[in-house]
Amino acid sequence: MLKTPKPVFALLLLLVFAFMSASAQDWVHTGTNRGAPIKLAVPDFKAASGDPQTAPLNTVFNQTLWNDLDNSGVFEMVSKSFYPLQMPGTPGELKVETWGNAPVDAAMVAFGNLGVANGKVNVQGWLFDAKNAGAPQILGKQYQENATPDYARLIAHKFADEIIFRLGGGIPGIAETKLYFISSRSGHKEVWSMDYDGQGQHQLSHLNSFALSPRVSPDNSRVAFSGMTADSWQIMMYSVELGRMVSFPRFRGDNFSPAWSSDGTKFSFSSSMRDGDADIYMTDASGGGLKRMTATKGPDVSPVFNPKTNGQIAWVSGGGRTRLPQIYIMDADGSNVQQITNQEGYAVSPSWSPNGMLLAFAWFRKYGPGAPGAQDIYIMDIASRQFVQLTHDSRRNDFPSWSPDGRHIVFQSNRTGTDQIWTMLADGTHQQQITRDGKNSQPNWGFK
Amino acid sequence: MLLTLAGTCPPLEDIEVNHRKQSWLFILMTLLLAAAVTGCNKKKEAPPVPTPPPPAKPATATISVSPTSIQKGESATLTWSTENARTMTLQGQPVAASGSQTVSPSQSTDYKLVAQGDAGTPDAGANARLTVSEPPPPPPPPTRSATDDELFAQGVHDIYFDYDKYDLRSEAQSTLTQAAQAISQHPDWAIMIEGNCDERGSTEYNIGLGTNRATTAKDFLVKAGVNPGQIQTRSNGKEKAADCKDEACWQKDRNDHLSLRH
Repeated sequence: MLKTPKPVFALLLLLVFAFMSASAQDWVHTGTNRGAPIKLAVPDFKAASGDPQTAPLNTVFNQTLWNDLDNSGVFEMVSKSFYPLQMPGTPGELKVETWGNAPVDAAMVAFGNLGVANGKVNVQGWLFDAKNAGAPQILGKQYQENATPDYARLIAHKFADEIIFRLGGGIPGIAETKLYFISSRSGHKEVWSMDYDGQGQHQLSHLNSFALSPRVSPDNSRVAFSGMTADSWQIMMYSVELGRMVSFPRFRGDNFSPAWSSDGTKFSFSSSMRDGDADIYMTDASGGGLKRMTATKGPDVSPVFNPKTNGQIAWVSGGGRTRLPQIYIMDADGSNVQQITNQEGYAVSPSWSPNGMLLAFAWFRKYGPGAPGAQDIYIMDIASRQFVQLTHDSRRNDFPSWSPDGRHIVFQSNRTGTDQIWTMLADGTHQQQITRDGKNSQPNWGFK
Repeated sequence: MLLTLAGTCPPLEDIEVNHRKQSWLFILMTLLLAAAVTGCNKKKEAPPVPTPPPPAKPATATISVSPTSIQKGESATLTWSTENARTMTLQGQPVAASGSQTVSPSQSTDYKLVAQGDAGTPDAGANARLTVSEPPPPPPPPTRSATDDELFAQGVHDIYFDYDKYDLRSEAQSTLTQAAQAISQHPDWAIMIEGNCDERGSTEYNIGLGTNRATTAKDFLVKAGVNPGQIQTRSNGKEKAADCKDEACWQKDRNDHLSLRH
């Protein structure tokens, strides 16, 4: 037998590793809707009126627009230090070549102006192809709202989402979406809501006991959550439209960790109603047509529908089945049960990506009494069972939840010392803290 | 309680006391005082001509409260009247010349009525004190005697679990066997079992683990003869766990807490 020369073997090994890491990147990029980043220049919008509200509203607008585009995962933002000194406020003031050539070298430029008149803020925004001086305009939009910082932010979100939709493969942006989460800053754990960037935080529930696990319906009209009563946990329902609680059936035992199907017709949660053992149940959206999905010994919790098909449920099962909790998948009729995680450590809190390909979850790989280690967020390609670790700090990260565009994940982390809400791109980059008051946990990303 | 003050004339009682002193000095003083009182009472002098406008009458104020003492939560009625007053205030707030008002203060209160008369006349003031006492403690609930709590505390104890498990340790089984005897002897007892987890692990999974911990104890008690209708279970998950740094602390939080429902 011929002996392979050592350098050749080493080269082969290198190639295999290179291929493996390339394929790992492939599924992460495909699964999280990431293309090659587009170089985008966004000069500050020009103040187009002398009204004293113009400057402060323009500052809010410019900050929000930049953050939205920078957060989007679609662009490489060209640093403002390369921009020409003359800020264009209208197409007539823009020299396309200046932006397409070095040093700016942007592929695209978004620009415009903001003025205030008669209590209204007016914004004109354009998106130009900086490499196509002949026919540069891709987008031209005009907005008018009441002249308040909230509306200045809203206009920036809307314009950012237009740009992201045009340049990000036709997937709607998430700048206008809301997050739902639990905060104890009122003295009790209650359901709160905020914009995706942490602005506009406000309390929804007033249970004065414990509210957990908020999950918004796919039409953003209702938030289901678990609430502790004097004798049990019950699924509770808050109407975002009505601004108050609406009814949902009570069941015996503890009922918690609710989930919606993406078509809004089905509902799932964990309940001990039958025999005191926490199992997965499914109902219709109003709590009728109850069906038991699991009947194994030990806690079965945290169901989540495959949002692409609604034909599968991922959930967490522990105790009798595997001792430490692991993540499983079954068909929506309860058949075809598969363990997804590999029996290592403590795996909980699955969230299914909008395209149905990936599961995000929290994993304590070295879990045990006295064991060192951290609980981190991972994503797994369901078809291949390959996984990638997204957080790498020594604390507890939990409750990942996908954004509707599949490019972002919101999660909770205590890396600063207390539980707070963080967002990141779904490949683990661009991690940023978005809550700071009190303790905040269990985020859930609303729909577009 | 009724207090009346009119103008600034010395009260008559004091003058009478002074009369009883027999020393000549006191007699002299009494005469002087009597002269002052006489002036104050405005005994008519010879009518002057022409007649000056009658001097302004000083204001008077009277206030009373009935009853004078209440228990917290009860109410009392304030009644007041004034004479010759232009402005009347009760506790600093303007009021009518006379009237009554229902009050229900949470603590003892001095009500102060002030009446201001014409310029140049002194103010009149009156006080009424309402004493408020704490209500007596409510009678103990008739259905449950203190003895039940004592018997429960003697016979029924919390049980503790291994890390991430909900099956019963042998000492937990002994504890529950003893508890079953105590509970079976009291079919009127309603028992709450709350399943608790330590602060490690994940919020939702720990709700499920606590549910199973509570159910395990309930199932054991029912097998040992307790009527299942006497037992309610609920998980607390890790919501009531302490912020621990060591196993001794975590162990305390991995429990079923048994209590008597009142």
